[in-house]
Amino acid sequence: MDIGPIWRAMMKNKAGFILIALQIAVTMTIMVNAFAIIQERTNNAGRPSGLDEANTFALVSALFTEYEREDKKAMIDEDLALIRGLPGVKNAVATNSFPLRQGGWSMGLQLEPGNQSSDSVGSAIYFVDEHGVDTFASKIIDGKNFTPNQVAWTIEDDDTWPAHGIITEALGKDLFPDEEGSYVGKTFYVNDDDPVNVVGVIEKLQAPWPGWSGVEKSMIVPQRRVSDYQRYVVRAEPGYRDALMPQIEELLTNSNKDRLIRDMTIMEDVREAAYLDDAALIKILTFIVGMLTVITGLGIVGLASFNVSRRTRQIGIRRALGATKPAIVRYFMVENFLVSSIGVVIGGILSVALNIAMVEAFALEPLAWYVIPLAMIALWMVGQAAVAGPARRASNITPAIATRSS
Amino acid sequence: MFRYYLKLSMLSIRANPALSALMVAAIAIGIGACMSIVTVRHVMSDNPLAHKNDVLYHVRLDNWNPDDPYDEPNEPPEQVTYLDSTALHQAGRAYRQTISFKSERVVQPEDEDAKPFIEEIRATTADFFTMFDVPFEYGSAWDAAADQTEERVVVLSSEINQRLFGSEDSVGRTVAMNKELYRVVGVLAEWMPVPKVYDLNNNPYEKPENIYTPFSIAVAGEWGSSGNNSCWKPTGGGYEAYLASECIWIQMWVELKSASEKGAYLQFLDDYVDEQKKLGRFPRELNNRLDTPAEWLVYQEVVDDMVGVLLSLSVLFLVVCLLNTIGLLLAKVMRRTNDISLRRALGASKSALFAQYITEAGIIGIAGGLAGIGMTWLGLRGIENAFSGYDFISYLVSMDWTMVLAAVALAIVSALAAALYPTWRACSVSPASTLRIQ
Repeated sequence: MDIGPIWRAMMKNKAGFILIALQIAVTMTIMVNAFAIIQERTNNAGRPSGLDEANTFALVSALFTEYEREDKKAMIDEDLALIRGLPGVKNAVATNSFPLRQGGWSMGLQLEPGNQSSDSVGSAIYFVDEHGVDTFASKIIDGKNFTPNQVAWTIEDDDTWPAHGIITEALGKDLFPDEEGSYVGKTFYVNDDDPVNVVGVIEKLQAPWPGWSGVEKSMIVPQRRVSDYQRYVVRAEPGYRDALMPQIEELLTNSNKDRLIRDMTIMEDVREAAYLDDAALIKILTFIVGMLTVITGLGIVGLASFNVSRRTRQIGIRRALGATKPAIVRYFMVENFLVSSIGVVIGGILSVALNIAMVEAFALEPLAWYVIPLAMIALWMVGQAAVAGPARRASNITPAIATRSS
Repeated sequence: MFRYYLKLSMLSIRANPALSALMVAAIAIGIGACMSIVTVRHVMSDNPLAHKNDVLYHVRLDNWNPDDPYDEPNEPPEQVTYLDSTALHQAGRAYRQTISFKSERVVQPEDEDAKPFIEEIRATTADFFTMFDVPFEYGSAWDAAADQTEERVVVLSSEINQRLFGSEDSVGRTVAMNKELYRVVGVLAEWMPVPKVYDLNNNPYEKPENIYTPFSIAVAGEWGSSGNNSCWKPTGGGYEAYLASECIWIQMWVELKSASEKGAYLQFLDDYVDEQKKLGRFPRELNNRLDTPAEWLVYQEVVDDMVGVLLSLSVLFLVVCLLNTIGLLLAKVMRRTNDISLRRALGASKSALFAQYITEAGIIGIAGGLAGIGMTWLGLRGIENAFSGYDFISYLVSMDWTMVLAAVALAIVSALAAALYPTWRACSVSPASTLRIQ
């Protein structure tokens, strides 16, 4: 098919084609940038937390009566003994927080003692006993778990920091960037000058804040904290979770009337809440891209139909002069392909420009290069699909039209 | 003449029903996408204290780490310590002042069989209600004396009054929290500041607390903060040590009636910090701030970045819809070249043709705008649905008359702008130019 005549015909009516090309270009700009955001958010929401999410749930015991400190400790011990003793419970732990919870404790860790917080590495902190590693389904890849005698209750009016810690691999990499061997046995400092010795390294345990850039950095601290508001995490044997939840709620409620059992949640729900914004944004953007494609497609259909009816006579003459039906179809397809090509080239440039502007203004991640060719192909296909109908109608124009006067 | 143009336009619109519908739909969808995001942004960035913007100030003192500012480049912390907030409140140097923090208590309904439940509480001082224009249904705030005497009094929101007392006037009755009895002194009317400007440290888009108690009683009962709490050095254990620490967890606001009062108050803050420096506190340079509610909303960046991203994308969306409309209008004009040149040959002036085509575009614009209101409503329902996990979302997706009018205006302006080029092309068709070939 010779492009020359088609191109020259287009040049006679530039404005209409420029408008379509621009429309395709802006559509592509939106498409590419929306897709980049959708992709980033989908990837985020798919990251594993490290927990055995399908079998884990959490709950809170909220004490609302004045208790002596020793009585609070006894209550936590009794609760844990009760939960851990139930058939179907793999393990359970009292903790200040857990991954995806969106609330927790963080601290700055530093390699040298003293007041130099500006060089510190931020980390999430989980206060648990020696059951923490198993309950959080953390795989120890180096060193070992805490021994029971490394775990201690906090002492009233004393904030001595435990001398042992288990860190995630990501935290180790950030904290000891020059270390190529094992992190076990190394020392760092918290609270300016409390030393912590690394006893173990775990593969993965996310911080509670999925939106934090350091979400893979966390530390398990062998300390049991006395609180009126005690959070428990329970890891069930596969298949037992749903039966255990009401059972534990009832057992704990009945064992002590001075507190409330609340916030009983499965990890699926915690995850959904943590990524609610992302899921909503993905839905909205997908909808926008969908609507946009439909509108641009319909716009192309509308314009092509117009062109067909405007050129009815010429098409009839061409048919009368021997052009076949496929040749007529091809004419409109090639015409659309040329317009689309101009559109997607301008669109490529605009997409990158908008992406640079948005990365600057809103701290988004820059888009992956392959999104642009993908969007180009998608829009070429939309254009061809949209023009197919009017083109077929054009090919059905009878040669006899040429003989009629308009 | 205008009626004649209207008639011609209607004829022309009806001559191509599918095409006209496509133009109206494109404008409506573009307006809907744009205006639903604009509406959400409008509500999110509202200043519920705009009418007191020249008298209310949020207080910040820089008690932070000497080596490291609280926030770059040199921002003081967003909240104040117990030591400073109580000292400044006690000094009473502003026209009004209030300090507060968020906490939680377990409420036991009067009916002993009803399950106790946890409720969020704002521990604050008497001026809170006057300063933030909190409306009362029954009773009133506690009087300032209760801020000193540790009297067990509460103010209830209408929501919790409904739950506990079936919306009756409960002033004088008692509420049990953590097994202690509090006397109700006031019940609020509906109150929903969006964003929750008096405490932006946690989620700025959540409902105000349901129960209000004097700050003094909360501290006497050793209540912790359930809101944001930051420390830059170890505190030592126990509540006493926590109160004496450099941890920030209290929000402080003052009301100052004039610029000179504001100047005087800033001077007072500086003098106070200088005094404290002598005691070895406040290691950083003097860096105290008073922010108006509007400044504070901007500083706290309450509007999520994603709203900005969506807004830019939806504006581009509208651009696509307009390009679409321009293209279709142009095609329409090109096909009527014969008509136009005939009319020109018969004496129609350029301005008459211009008026006629602009009228046609205007009608399409109005139709698109009206349909766009519907689309905006649908868009907002869609956003509400996508964020249905948030209780608060329904407050962010409400349409008001300003937005409805803005939608129609935007639609008409867009349609007219879209019509300009095609109309110009129509007017520049020369008389009788196309008649010759026929």
